[in-house]
Amino acid sequence: MSAEQAAGVTLTGISKTFGDFTAVQPMDLSIPQGSFFALLGASGCGKTTTLRMIAGLEQPTAGRVMLGDRDVTSLPPHRRPVNTVFQSYALFPHLSVQDNVAFGLRRRGKKQVHKEVEDVLELVELGPLARRKPAQLSGGQQQRVALARAIVNRPEVLLLDEPLGALDLKLRRQMQLELKRIQTEVGITFVHVTHDQEEAMTMADTIAVMNHGRVEQLGAPAELYESPGSAFVANFLGQSNLIAAEISAAEGDELVLRAGDTKLTLPRDRMRATSAASGTKVLAGIRPEKIAIRSRSDEAAVPEGHNRLTGTIKDASFTGVSTQYVVASPWCPELAVFAQNVESAAGLTPGAEVVLHWNPAHTFGLDGDQDADAGTGEDAL
Amino acid sequence: MRVLTFVRRNLVVIAGTLALGYLLLPNLVVLLYSFNKPVSRYNNTWQEFSTEAWSDPCGAPGICDSVGLSLQIGLLSTLAATALGTLAAFALARHRFRGRAGVNSLIFLPMAMPEVVMAASLGTLFLNMRIEFGFTTILIAHIMFCLSFVVVAVKARLAGMDPKLEEAARDLYAGPLQAFVRVTLPLALPGIAAGAMLSFALSLDDVIITQFNSGPSTITFPMFVWGASLKGVPVQVNVIGSAMFFIAVLLVMAGQLLGNGRARRKS
Repeated sequence: MSAEQAAGVTLTGISKTFGDFTAVQPMDLSIPQGSFFALLGASGCGKTTTLRMIAGLEQPTAGRVMLGDRDVTSLPPHRRPVNTVFQSYALFPHLSVQDNVAFGLRRRGKKQVHKEVEDVLELVELGPLARRKPAQLSGGQQQRVALARAIVNRPEVLLLDEPLGALDLKLRRQMQLELKRIQTEVGITFVHVTHDQEEAMTMADTIAVMNHGRVEQLGAPAELYESPGSAFVANFLGQSNLIAAEISAAEGDELVLRAGDTKLTLPRDRMRATSAASGTKVLAGIRPEKIAIRSRSDEAAVPEGHNRLTGTIKDASFTGVSTQYVVASPWCPELAVFAQNVESAAGLTPGAEVVLHWNPAHTFGLDGDQDADAGTGEDAL
Repeated sequence: MRVLTFVRRNLVVIAGTLALGYLLLPNLVVLLYSFNKPVSRYNNTWQEFSTEAWSDPCGAPGICDSVGLSLQIGLLSTLAATALGTLAAFALARHRFRGRAGVNSLIFLPMAMPEVVMAASLGTLFLNMRIEFGFTTILIAHIMFCLSFVVVAVKARLAGMDPKLEEAARDLYAGPLQAFVRVTLPLALPGIAAGAMLSFALSLDDVIITQFNSGPSTITFPMFVWGASLKGVPVQVNVIGSAMFFIAVLLVMAGQLLGNGRARRKS
């Protein structure tokens, strides 16, 4: 994050414990003004608690919350220039859509609210339904009322707590684009809590991946995806192949790794482990779509300098745009490979002997002391 | 055959009408006998049609004083029980404190206990505290047994209310008082109204507890009827009973119409 970018929200040493359960470990987080920021993690990772501390609905056990350069830690929620879109929407059932939307404006003593309410309902395309009660609206419409009710107040920061969780897939995709459009239009800082990595990557400028009350890694979606900093991030954001290896030598800008009798190279600047000494245990990571697959008989065609692994196809599933292979190799029991269906893949059927290869620049290196399965399966929801 | 088909097709309607008739028959009898002109002191055999009692409802000595007293006690105890009960229900539904479970079951106790036990123990209490029996003792007793019903009604309403709504109100710049007045109270209102109506009805027709805790000059309407039944119920009792029934029906109908009208205007 560049220094000249003003901070919208700054959390300093913030933490939260409930009894003897620590929901949020002490952490620092700076959210640039006007950005679309996502807090991504599995349920129970502390992302919603973090959001509620920004809103003032939860008092931090320690640390400070700053909006711009103002310390709001001790301010109650109704004194903070922050609004929330709740997961359950929390629309007031006894008020009409327009009264729901006008609620915040009226509480701040505004008398003439009609114009603003009309404009914001126009923005979320709900103008004709202004007089309805929330119970008379569909889920997607309720979601948009909740959004309108928050942004009409022009808060400094808009907090979104899994706002799309209750919508079906098609509507969710539509609302994602809609939210992004509205954020660009109104220019407010959005802090979006979600467990859906695809949603976070589609919408956010910056993602903080949270795990067990800590921020595992923070960065732009592409950055997190291309060079994850931990096994959890590598597995939670998309899919990764993590191969246990150890460093055998350093050659200029590259590190040479050995996994069994296979040699892999890795750019030195993509190595996340603290030590680069020979013998250090590392996990060599590669995304499934970066791997090319060839029949063993075709091995001569593998470009010079590519990392290569040999194995046997265990499973192949055709998904339309791509074919997903599971390949067993002596050094990694299950390697995932996604191959675009550009050319026909003759002979690439289960049982076939294959060679996998990829450009070493796509390899990333992680500390070898962590669980290579972190962030997969149940952990990842 | 045709009759059988008709019965089968309209079974629900027939059963419903019969049940309703069963419920309302006593009221009809009371109404009918309010137009009677009995020859003895007992108004239980039909003599002739007369509107005498309707034109002079206060004709029986003391009857209108007793109705006035009942209404007074009913209104005051409803007000007090609704206010206290609503506060108690909020405390029980929204806050976690030590002894909450205990309070929850103790609140329920007056509803579960035989009324006569409560009546007698209250009487003993007042006697030992040397409080003079009369208006105050009746009022205290009525507030006490109405309280539980209000708590139960309001608590049920609050249990179905998303606590996130109050958070949303606070998030939208409403201070604690504003959030309560603008969001919590309007949503809890149906429960509060139900509790209040129940309180008023219970207070208005209570005999046992009132009997044990009233003074010589404080005769409520149910006590008046109870006393009169030993030596002959005046026709005016039927008149006032029927009037109460019609007022209640009118109030319910007005409430329905008002609700319907509002719903139609909003949509």
